[in-house]
Amino acid sequence: MATINLVDLQKSYGGNVLAVKGVNLSVADGELIVLVGPSGCGKSTLLRMVAGLESVTSGRIEINGRDVAKAEPAERDIAMVFQNYALYPHMTVRGNLEYGLKNRGTPRAEIDRRVKEAAEILEIGPMLDRKPRELSGGQRQRVAMGRAIVREPSAFLFDEPLSNLDAKLRVQMRVEIRKLQRRLKTTSLYVTHDQLEAMTLADRLVVMNGGLVEQIGTPTEVYDRPATLFVASFIGSPPMNLIPVDVMAQAEGFSALPLPPDTDIIGMRADQLVIEPPQGESIVLHGQVELLEPIGSESHLHVSLAGQTLVLRVPGRPDLADGATIKLYAPPSAMHPFNRATGRRTDSPPQA
Amino acid sequence: MQTKRTIFPNKLLPYALLAPQLIITIIFFLWPAAQAVKSSFEREDPFGFRTTFIWFQNYTRLFNDPGYLNAAGRTAVFAVGVTLLSMGVSLLLAICVNRLLRSGRLYTTLLVWPYAVAPVVAGILWWFMFNPTIGIVPYLLDAFGYRWNHRVNGNDAMILVIIAASWKQISYNFLFFVAGLQSVPKSLVEAAAMDGAGPFKRFWTIVFPLLSPTTFFLLIVNINYAMFDTFGIIDGTTGGGPAGATNTLVYKVYADGFLGLNIGSSSAQSVLLMLIVIVLTVVQFRWVERRVQY
Repeated sequence: MATINLVDLQKSYGGNVLAVKGVNLSVADGELIVLVGPSGCGKSTLLRMVAGLESVTSGRIEINGRDVAKAEPAERDIAMVFQNYALYPHMTVRGNLEYGLKNRGTPRAEIDRRVKEAAEILEIGPMLDRKPRELSGGQRQRVAMGRAIVREPSAFLFDEPLSNLDAKLRVQMRVEIRKLQRRLKTTSLYVTHDQLEAMTLADRLVVMNGGLVEQIGTPTEVYDRPATLFVASFIGSPPMNLIPVDVMAQAEGFSALPLPPDTDIIGMRADQLVIEPPQGESIVLHGQVELLEPIGSESHLHVSLAGQTLVLRVPGRPDLADGATIKLYAPPSAMHPFNRATGRRTDSPPQA
Repeated sequence: MQTKRTIFPNKLLPYALLAPQLIITIIFFLWPAAQAVKSSFEREDPFGFRTTFIWFQNYTRLFNDPGYLNAAGRTAVFAVGVTLLSMGVSLLLAICVNRLLRSGRLYTTLLVWPYAVAPVVAGILWWFMFNPTIGIVPYLLDAFGYRWNHRVNGNDAMILVIIAASWKQISYNFLFFVAGLQSVPKSLVEAAAMDGAGPFKRFWTIVFPLLSPTTFFLLIVNINYAMFDTFGIIDGTTGGGPAGATNTLVYKVYADGFLGLNIGSSSAQSVLLMLIVIVLTVVQFRWVERRVQY
């Protein structure tokens, strides 16, 4: 049980390469925060700084109000699940679980109790006497989590823990991690580059890019009101359509809309543009069908509009010929106004 | 992709191509070994006119010869000393270099140099440094009140040959240990750090066990080296003396055969050494090839 506070945290390599450029974040007790962003955005570096595996260039890391920026990893009372699991290959599963407890001088009876409990929670009881190499990927993942659980730490850190699993297992383990975290109510920081994983797991998302935090918010907040162009294009699949205002100006009913000052890009989600006339007020765009990608119950429709390609998510498999001119409808509420120069939304005060 | 195959119909060609290597092996390895086995069963008269076949007499004599048993004991001390010292020091150096990020390659290069020094040259080098009359080390030891003299003191002599032989082998061990350390995943050490293990505990409970295949391989190689490959160093430093204190089995083969001209006994000794090498090689192939399982 812990709160984590990051205050103006910076990390530079070799004096001039800034990997993390001043991050502020406060994590409430029991919260699951997901750090998400493209490769090299500094999310893993940030996590490793919290873990104590990377030195802190400047700023503070407070766990339960105590500044641990200079403390050894062992003194921080946190446990980490590594991307490659980092199980000790020469120890049995039981040995792996016990190692951290033994190092801390936990009494034998207590060790046995905790290992038994973790084995029950994670259903790895029958594997306790096996070596890691005799386990499947999913089982190793469980053991890695078990090693974190038995410590009963004040916080969990997850460094892309599911990226080595196949797609099916990944979904299953994602659900399990979520359930487990709910049950244990342990404050957690979770790093991933998979936005679906981020959206489904997070209490709050931290979207990072280029060493900076772009937006902090609940998954729905981030999806419904992306604060920056980067977030708009990173979260959501297919990504948000970003259309220059001068292209939009050709749409019927667009010029009548009140736009915030400095707006020069309009963002629209793939599922908020429709090809059937909706009820209520909407603007109308004219475009040519470029490509129709059927993906089961829905299709991705690529439409060309004044040299720009928009992607729509449409239900079913509409019968549209390539090159056909179609009408696209969008309600005014679906439009996200951005400024290209600042990269930010123009209809809200800038967020930290 | 299909590789293009050229077929040479000439049946003699493969043999012709293999011949140089085969001839060298036969002339310099198989034939002398066969000669050694043959003459280990023979006795030559003092003038070299007649040889008599005497079955296992050379061998039984060896096992009743206190000089030979003494040499076997010396060899054991020497082999254990060299193995422990050279592996210990090189592991320590490898750990230090492994911690360096930038200058690691430079140190690695420098540390490999001793391996290129010829054994006798290395022996002479240490002989100079430890020379009781003109050497720097006895001079320094004198300041601590220790009179170093490996010409008289058997223990001093043993220490000297162990140091000299280890020094040459450190480079070799060092390279393997550095490679071994680099193959231990960094995340394991990090995981152990988060699990509350200090640097020493991390090393002994995580890194060292994972290094065991390398360690075991080097153990065999070093024993082999100390027992069979140190003739030059011993000859350059102590010449087996004083009073046989550094007379290892390999050195005794030379001393008895070439200095004492007792070819029969010398041959029997080298056959025994050959058996030891065979056993060590079998151990190496059986266990090292399969890797130490963890």
